[in-house]
Amino acid sequence: MGIPVLVTVATLTFLIMHWVPGGPFDTEKILPPEIIANIEAKYHLDKPLPLQYLLYMKQLLQGDLGPSYKYLGRDVSDIIRDTFPVSFALGLCAVLVVLGLGIPAGMISAYWKNSLLDRSVLLLAAMGISVPSFVLGAISVWIFSHQWHLLPPALWEGPRHMILPAFALGAGFAGYIARLTRTTMLSVLASDYIRTARAKGLTEPVIMFKHVLKNSIYPIVSVMGPLTAGLVTGSFVIEYIFSIPGMGRFFITAVTNRDYPLIMGVTLVYAVLIVIANTIVDMVYGWLDPRVTLK
Amino acid sequence: MNKLSIASKLSAGFLLIVSAVAVLAPWVAPYSYETQDTLQTLAFPSIEHWMGTDRLGRDLLSRMIYGARVSLFIGVFTTLFALMIGAIYGAISAYVGGRTDNLMMRVVDVVFALPDLLMIILITVLMGRGVAGVFIALTLVSWVTVARLVRGEVLRIKEFPYVQAARALGASPARILLREIFPNILGILMVTLSFRVPVAILAESTLSFIGLGIAPPFSSWGSLANDGWTAIKFYPHLILFPSAAIFLTILSFNFLGDGLREILDPKASQDTI
Repeated sequence: MGIPVLVTVATLTFLIMHWVPGGPFDTEKILPPEIIANIEAKYHLDKPLPLQYLLYMKQLLQGDLGPSYKYLGRDVSDIIRDTFPVSFALGLCAVLVVLGLGIPAGMISAYWKNSLLDRSVLLLAAMGISVPSFVLGAISVWIFSHQWHLLPPALWEGPRHMILPAFALGAGFAGYIARLTRTTMLSVLASDYIRTARAKGLTEPVIMFKHVLKNSIYPIVSVMGPLTAGLVTGSFVIEYIFSIPGMGRFFITAVTNRDYPLIMGVTLVYAVLIVIANTIVDMVYGWLDPRVTLK
Repeated sequence: MNKLSIASKLSAGFLLIVSAVAVLAPWVAPYSYETQDTLQTLAFPSIEHWMGTDRLGRDLLSRMIYGARVSLFIGVFTTLFALMIGAIYGAISAYVGGRTDNLMMRVVDVVFALPDLLMIILITVLMGRGVAGVFIALTLVSWVTVARLVRGEVLRIKEFPYVQAARALGASPARILLREIFPNILGILMVTLSFRVPVAILAESTLSFIGLGIAPPFSSWGSLANDGWTAIKFYPHLILFPSAAIFLTILSFNFLGDGLREILDPKASQDTI
């Protein structure tokens, strides 16, 4: 599945970027035609489209994403190398939030089914699923930074700067995970082998963590693929709000600037990330659950 | 038959009111969306301006009401379009079967694997910012979920005895799909509609919030929130009201969807991401 997706993404982004009206070198100043011809020759914009496409794909295979049109003298690969670690760190923190909040909440909810606690978790999860990350980000900046002055409202300069963005990015997905954990755990809790475990006289913590959690983990692992995709695309909104110098913020600027190579480069990196995440998820799934065999 | 839960009923009521206000915007809104009250720029909520005014002195409540038109229109109609395309595609794929089905589903797989928001942004780059671009982009990425769902349902239902009976009586494929199968997937389509509309509203508002969606002179709740974002420190009402509108609308659609699903499709009460 991975390769066709990547080729499609590469081709689509290439085509879209070349159909877009208005070029990156449209400026207020009218340039002499010779200069325009020179610029176009430098970036291969004067060649026929199929040839440009082949050149582009050839460069891609060599890992060369071309020069940025707007950040002069910088290659897209350099920009991605600088910004990727930031986005990756943000993503990891968000995954911690998602799993760290979602799984315990779902477990509590399932264990004390129909209690007040369960209902509160369900309500919170519903709210988490419904709140756009930019709303959560904006409100938490307003409360924690502007009202209470507890946490910095922007930038990326240490652990304190990571809390709000990671929370804003992860909270919604934590809601999904909480619901999913609850549903799965309820069905596991109702199964025969749990009754057997209880009848054997195992203590509740052993039952919950060793038997129930272990058997409820598969559906959670299987949504990690879509979750990664969600976090990846969610990250550029969060990076925009918190002025985090990650790939997402560069992507938004690149779109506004019509910096085609940068747009294509970042899009491809995102697509590769998602394909890798899905592959890892499939592998982990097969490794965890012997009933699943990989093709 | 189950009844709708209280939360779902409240949600439906809220959505009806919001939709009514949006449709009746010119009659309900206290001001036009571009009238400037130059004496009161960046005003806090007051009797004159219930939600305050923005930096140009425009009444926020009125802009919210007009924004509801754009947000809801995009949310509801892109979903309806996607539902139509997806249902037709899925039904054909399932009904024809064989190699065609395989090929049609490969296309769906690839589109499905592309990250939504990223694709929407790229398509709006191509189509240009504004309602039309956002509309087409959202439709293009969201029909695949419906196509998969409908295909699965049609595959299941077309083996039922009453469909076989219709076929034995010589009914044409179009008639079977429309008269025998379609009424039976209507419930699931309704549930899908109420779950996909908030996804579309979310995508549109996110896009507009980062400045890549709805372009002036139109504004949606997302672009209003973006306007308010820069002034959040001193004039938080400018972002809090649009944010609350987006949040409550999405929440209501989700509650409504949960309620509808319990009634129309009790089997599928499982969480998906």
